[in-house]
Amino acid sequence: MTNAQDQLLSLLVRDEPRVLTRITALFGRRGYNIKSLSVGTTEHPGVSRMTIVVHGDRGVVEQAIKQLEKLHDVVKIIDHSLEKFVDRELVLVKVAITPESRVEVRQIAEDFRSRIVDVGRHALTFEVTGDEGKLTAFIEQMRPFGILETMRTGRIALTRGSNADVPSHVYHEGETEALKPVMEGVEAREERARGVPNLF
Amino acid sequence: MTGAKALWATLANHGISTVFGYPGGAIMPVYDALTFYPEVRHVLTRHEQGAAHAAEGWAKATGEIGVCMATSGPGATNLVTGLADAMLDSVPLLAITGNVARHLMGTDAFQEADITGITLPITKHNYVVREVEDLPRIVAEAIRIARSGRPGPVLVDIPKDIQLAPFHGEIPTPHARPEISAPSTESIERARSLLLGAKKPVMMVGGGALDAAAEITALARAWDIPVITTLMGLGAFPSSDPLWLGMPGMHGSVAANRAISEADVLLGIGLRFDDRVTGRVNGFAPNASIIHVELDAAEIGKIIRTHVPVRGDAKVAAAMLTQGAQKILTPEWKATLAEWTSRTVTPETWGAGYAVKAVTERLSEHDILSSDVGQHQMLAAQLARFERPRRWINSGGLGTMGFGFPAAIGAAMAEPGVRSVVIAGDGGFQMTAQELATLKMYDIRNVKICIINNSFLGMVRQWQEMFHEKRYSEVWLGDSNPDFVKLADAYDVPGYRATSAEELPAAIDAWLNDPKSALLEVVVPHEHGVFPMVPAGAALYELIETEPGRTPDLSDAMEHAAEEANKA
Repeated sequence: MTNAQDQLLSLLVRDEPRVLTRITALFGRRGYNIKSLSVGTTEHPGVSRMTIVVHGDRGVVEQAIKQLEKLHDVVKIIDHSLEKFVDRELVLVKVAITPESRVEVRQIAEDFRSRIVDVGRHALTFEVTGDEGKLTAFIEQMRPFGILETMRTGRIALTRGSNADVPSHVYHEGETEALKPVMEGVEAREERARGVPNLF
Repeated sequence: MTGAKALWATLANHGISTVFGYPGGAIMPVYDALTFYPEVRHVLTRHEQGAAHAAEGWAKATGEIGVCMATSGPGATNLVTGLADAMLDSVPLLAITGNVARHLMGTDAFQEADITGITLPITKHNYVVREVEDLPRIVAEAIRIARSGRPGPVLVDIPKDIQLAPFHGEIPTPHARPEISAPSTESIERARSLLLGAKKPVMMVGGGALDAAAEITALARAWDIPVITTLMGLGAFPSSDPLWLGMPGMHGSVAANRAISEADVLLGIGLRFDDRVTGRVNGFAPNASIIHVELDAAEIGKIIRTHVPVRGDAKVAAAMLTQGAQKILTPEWKATLAEWTSRTVTPETWGAGYAVKAVTERLSEHDILSSDVGQHQMLAAQLARFERPRRWINSGGLGTMGFGFPAAIGAAMAEPGVRSVVIAGDGGFQMTAQELATLKMYDIRNVKICIINNSFLGMVRQWQEMFHEKRYSEVWLGDSNPDFVKLADAYDVPGYRATSAEELPAAIDAWLNDPKSALLEVVVPHEHGVFPMVPAGAALYELIETEPGRTPDLSDAMEHAAEEANKA
């Protein structure tokens, strides 16, 4: 792969059975490499949001977006390479402790502004939120003490609400596509499904 | 009213006149309700695969949606090949399957198969109906999705208890046809300026442009631009027109493949640059700026780098591109093309090519010609003449053996006044030969079956000859083939046979003039390949030229192709 890198996509999808399968099957079938995928509900009933990290060069990602656009349950795709965005990831890390290491481990966790979510005699469980680099650094710091278990959520992302520092080619004159009310698509679909004329 | 009746009412409301299907336990309420809806005709095939291909043949001949139906489990899985075929050839198809009752779903119940899971990658979309209230709406939406944009197959899976449940809602009327998407004037402008500067232009037309045949023809003549039609696009431009160069690709014409290799501007309309068309991608149209007119954005730039993408409907784009046209065919380019076109040879000696030529010469431009998959298919594509769209029906993308005969039945039922001729091989015909019973049952009189019998799985055999040092593994059918005339006779279908060039004309006469559907078996020599041919991995300009249906001395050509493939 030339110029392969992690690229971030957000998808708004109809909350239908198998929609996750459709998306992951599409990636598998076409040989796109999913690095992480997180799904959650949104402020709109019936619409879920996914953040997908695809590893590949620009051409591969563009082809992936076009194929995703053809899926009936995909309402909207946001390509974060064209938009300023914020992203976060959360990890739970269970670290082995001894009476000698306890203080040091807690000190490191504090440096990372991490919270302790479970205290045991032989282990502490930490919650860390941040970007990918911070999480990786935390895990590496804890490794010498003995990591018993970890689980990461995968990255989640939103476009930034302010257009101030966004390159003009994204926004042209007006608003960004990504900030359009997402319900338009959903409502239009629902109306079509009910046979009501689409007024949008 | 029940869910089952609501299904038929919705289909009737959408103008569905014919459904090809096969009943079974989990769809019995639907078949029971069918008796209350005489406005919809059900055609009982002898296998669900036959139903799916017949629905495809219907759709390919008319351009309208085809409908097939099966029960759960094995009935549904038997539709899978037809759905995959329709997906790759962009055929508008609605498949209705029964399923076990909702409370049994997921329990490995009798005749339960997760058909929506199975068909996920081979349908444009699919549904499980979970509430009876949703059933008509989902069926209406499925029809809309199958027909709109780039067409494709949509499956609706209906649990048995929903078929029986009372329904009190409205029966929907058809969705308005979606708006036709017109390409941007900028992209058309860029395409036009490229064409105006072209010295060696060529236009390549695919299956996505079949319904734009009139506009394509006007466009080509206005610009005086030579036209190549892909296997799926045959008929989108009349082959009698002097601008026509034939079919491109693995078994394409010398003129088409050389023209692509030399062209400086290639205008592609409604095609997806399948590997059988392009040959080695980095050797495809190496000197050309490419304009790609295509409705499905995902196809633009998928295989071939596009210089001018034109996203939109082929009909609209062709009409827009016709405006401001100038004649751009230079005398030099014309002379070069004429030289290549003169290298088109017709088979002179007895064999499969000779037989296919003799049969297709007897057809009028209104006849529908279907084919199965294999050497006879490529020969028909090379040798038949295609004057109008939707008169050539074959399985292009999936290459489904067994497709031809049931598809010809579907086409024959869509157009009872038209002769529906199918050319098949001895191998493929036996994959769906049971549909002879469907001919008999419905007294279909306009299907003409021609079996080119060379006692081999000919295309596989050809590849074994070229790429596997003539080790003919599992391709010999000769000792076990039935007497095809007797087989037809068993279903009261008249059969005829020809075994030589001398016998052929009289046999064709008798076969075509028979008032009933009839079968013609043409027994041809075992050992012939289809040529010209671009070996897999070679570029189009490395095609091996010789007459169709004759095997040349391949040693030099194969060595050269192997070298080139290694270089790539």
